[in-house]
Amino acid sequence: MSALRILVPVKRVIDYAVKPRVNKAQTAVETAGVKHSMNPFDELSIEESVRIREKKSYGPGVDTIIAFSCGPPKAQDVLRTAMAMGADRSIHVEIKDGEEVEPLSIAKLLKAVVEKEKIDLVMCGKQAIDGDEGQTGQMLAGLLGWGQATQASKVSFEGEKNVLVEKEVDGGTETVKSRLPMVITTDLRLNEPRYASLPNIMKAKKKKIDKMTASDLGVDLTKRLKTIKVIEPPPRKGGGKVEDVDGMIAKLKELGAL
Amino acid sequence: MIPRATSSVLRQARTQLQPRGPTPVASLSALARFLSSLAVLEQRDGKLNHGSLGAVTAAQRLGGSITGFVAGGNIKAVAEEAAKVSGIEKIIAVDNAAYDKGLPENFAPLLVENIQRGGFTHVIAGHTAFGKSLMPRVAALLDVQQISDITAIESENTFVRPIYAGNAIATIESSDEIKIITIRGTAFTAAEAEGGSASIEDGVDPKAETTTEWVVENLAKSDRPDLATAGRVVSGGRGLKSKEEFDRIMLPLADALGAAVGASRAAVDSGYADNSLQVGQTGKVVAPQLYLCAGISGAIQHLAGMKDSKVIAAINKDADAPIFQVADVGLVGDLFDKVPELTEKLKQ
Repeated sequence: MSALRILVPVKRVIDYAVKPRVNKAQTAVETAGVKHSMNPFDELSIEESVRIREKKSYGPGVDTIIAFSCGPPKAQDVLRTAMAMGADRSIHVEIKDGEEVEPLSIAKLLKAVVEKEKIDLVMCGKQAIDGDEGQTGQMLAGLLGWGQATQASKVSFEGEKNVLVEKEVDGGTETVKSRLPMVITTDLRLNEPRYASLPNIMKAKKKKIDKMTASDLGVDLTKRLKTIKVIEPPPRKGGGKVEDVDGMIAKLKELGAL
Repeated sequence: MIPRATSSVLRQARTQLQPRGPTPVASLSALARFLSSLAVLEQRDGKLNHGSLGAVTAAQRLGGSITGFVAGGNIKAVAEEAAKVSGIEKIIAVDNAAYDKGLPENFAPLLVENIQRGGFTHVIAGHTAFGKSLMPRVAALLDVQQISDITAIESENTFVRPIYAGNAIATIESSDEIKIITIRGTAFTAAEAEGGSASIEDGVDPKAETTTEWVVENLAKSDRPDLATAGRVVSGGRGLKSKEEFDRIMLPLADALGAAVGASRAAVDSGYADNSLQVGQTGKVVAPQLYLCAGISGAIQHLAGMKDSKVIAAINKDADAPIFQVADVGLVGDLFDKVPELTEKLKQ
């Protein structure tokens, strides 16, 4: 096995700290004029890939880290961020503003890139915080017939072939051993992503972004799911405050919770 | 084995031919006869995971015939347990210890073979660690766009699911021939574990190779109720200040209420509580009768995991904390005084 070629898919999403609003027509969440940034789980994927290189935790080393994004022209911003954090170059599959691509299609695009770029490790975020689907990494592993480890909280290597991944599961953690090539999806406790430094942001401007279209990769982006409507969840009205512990117990009894 | 298989094939043919009684939803009644759902059930160490029976409840709401699927070593006992679940007509069981740990690399091809052989229109599993890791792989192998974490079923092809950490609710329609679905456990309570009498049939076993092996697990042991399904949850946040204080303040309250213990991400990241206790968009989603939290400000990622609770009570010293906007009962005060006082008074 030679040095690792890592692919990191990143998504541009509404910033996690922004409270999303449903548009007036109830067809989608309002995205115009709203702050966007890289999906937080994808930051973890970039960070982990860069750490594998820096800490030399994989014997033969890391050959290249490629960031990938399928999104509108502005998705380039998150690719620049990924490169400022340490990715070597990027691939951008450009789509129109407002167009959405489903996880299955993204997985097919990624499969094409994996084959074209001879990738042996794909680091995905466990889910994007807009659609909350949590599918892409597993779908890609399925399409490639590769091993997968989801919700990783620790990744280590054993020799040139084996990868040990501690995964977060209901009730605790589980460790699996898989062989390269494989797909890993990252969870919050995997690492603490770095901030891109100003010099690195400047350097990232010189790194290359390859633009391509879905048809260049031979993938049809037709959607299987149609959004009928999007609504705000029924608002909860706070029931007000009580003065003391006795008041709290009395109110809870009144509400039938005790 | 052959007579058993034959009888269940006949049974399946009968259920498809016989018109069912009138269904209240007109659009469903015509389709119900052709609808057949496969509920993927979870097992551990030869015991059926009753939490996974929510998949059966979801299948009941769809109408049509319901088949349960179980796989693992010495699966007979699990299959017999599953056969008693109300509403299931048939259990497909695959006896092979290779499936014990639910590794998606071999479990997905196994499920795909059985889905194709059975001609199911809907395949349903819980949005649990098992379902989340397995089902997208199954969907990709079938070339289907999965529908994740649904909270309601509107018709056989229309489903409701929260997006953006529950800040928006989307209704979506699938055009795929097979619907691969994971369900939110708090929206579909487990089906009755008694009262059914399903037939048991051996499934096909493609014995797919896997390059992944299970090594070890480290599960938090607890005598308290399971967080995801508990009727009452007490939850602590950053305000607890340390693990010692978290344990000293929150655990007696949990015991006084017979509640499960949860935590905010801040508390988990600071090491006050175990990862598996995290409530929120990236942790567990709970919807108990009572959610009582202390020292939690109420970030949107946390609210995503608990705002469907019946009654929310909050203790926080910051009167402007966002948690008070959703709490039915709010108490402004120092949790180090208020929580022990509450615990004492509840014990009486």
